[in-house]
Amino acid sequence: MTVVKGSLLKRFSPLASTSEQLRILEQTSVPEFQSTLNRHGHSELEAAEIKIFQINVGKVCNQTCAHCHVDAGPDRTESMTRDTAELCIAALSKTDIPRVDITGGAPELNPNFRWLVEQSRSLNRHVMDRCNLTVMYVKGQEDLGEFLAQHKVEIICSLPYYQERETDLQRGIGVFQRSVEALKHLNSLGYGIPGSDLILNLMYNPVGAYLPGPQSSIENDFKRNLARKYGVQFNNLYTITNMPISRFLEFLLQSGNYEMYMEKLVNAFNPAAISGLMCRNTISIGWDGRLYDCDFNQMLDLPVGHNAPRHISEFDVRLLNHRRIVTGRHCYGCTAGAGSSCGGATT
Amino acid sequence: MEHYYDREHLKKFSEIGKESPELWDKFLSWYSAVFAEGALTEREKALIALAVAHTVQCPYCIDAYTTTCLEKGSNLEQMTEAVHVAAAIRGGSSLVHGLQMRTQVEKMEM
Repeated sequence: MTVVKGSLLKRFSPLASTSEQLRILEQTSVPEFQSTLNRHGHSELEAAEIKIFQINVGKVCNQTCAHCHVDAGPDRTESMTRDTAELCIAALSKTDIPRVDITGGAPELNPNFRWLVEQSRSLNRHVMDRCNLTVMYVKGQEDLGEFLAQHKVEIICSLPYYQERETDLQRGIGVFQRSVEALKHLNSLGYGIPGSDLILNLMYNPVGAYLPGPQSSIENDFKRNLARKYGVQFNNLYTITNMPISRFLEFLLQSGNYEMYMEKLVNAFNPAAISGLMCRNTISIGWDGRLYDCDFNQMLDLPVGHNAPRHISEFDVRLLNHRRIVTGRHCYGCTAGAGSSCGGATT
Repeated sequence: MEHYYDREHLKKFSEIGKESPELWDKFLSWYSAVFAEGALTEREKALIALAVAHTVQCPYCIDAYTTTCLEKGSNLEQMTEAVHVAAAIRGGSSLVHGLQMRTQVEKMEM
């Protein structure tokens, strides 16, 4: 696995430019995503009703994971302001979108994170926090678990494997042990315990150039091993495919796996995954308030298209429901195998 | 082709069915059934396949089942143990044939 010593931006990598990433994707020998959709009898991909209001509060993170599609890290400064956060809550309040999904970077490091949680909960929305676990040991975050429990926030934790070697390869040395300590703490608060209403889910993604296996089988392996070795419990495990963008794209190119991985994604194209694609029921909001079909499009600077409102200040759910989705070759990542999304397999 | 083994051949595996498509189809159908979840899980079957691949020393199979093992959720430690199982059987197999050697020696020596 690539040893990451900072974000692409910090290292002045050409891949820090989204236009360079898109150029590489467009020059790949695999067919355009839209032509594959057409071949399977689908015309333009169209959104359904928005069910998930996903707020990406920025690229600031305490970790620099080798696969990060956000190119997040401690050196990044992009972070949602209070004004934009207020626009998000104002927009949300005018809808009945039931779920708010807060992501980053490490979203908890945004100074408006807790305010967003409190406001979303006061609007009676289900709130999800995409947590890297080690953020709980960052100065000032000591009470994070208690705060999330108080507001009954669902926690979705990144943990690519139930062992130290694989986890630290992807996320950095020492991450696994601290993650386990954080999971034990969350368990002690009631998270992930049978009968509790505090939900603790894990997010699995492969530690390399291969696809995730069957979600239920991997969940069973994680449950058995984490319980046996560490006494850790959790509710569900979600599998997600690594997208061939940003730092994972860098790894694919440097390791000579890029063409093979793209062919693997295309060969695993599953038409049954189309109806459950997350872009069809999600609106993704960037740290600066711009609107996207998904977090991956956000990281490629591909805003919502086809005359849909493009900024949270113009948010109109009627115009965004049933919008046409912007697609590219990276979309094969969500249609491979059992399908892939922020909520795990889609078929 | 510079080598007897060519990585690209694995992608073209199905070409071997061109002259006998019915047999190829039967092989594929049987092969798929063998590796489907049964009394053993798909992950366990992939580990067995990885061990056998090392025993028959097939580079195509080693590449293919290394990937499959990872995709099914196995880790390097488990995969290494599977290879040791294959190696132990090969080693044991050689050693047990030593009894044939000993028998022959006993027959020939004064």
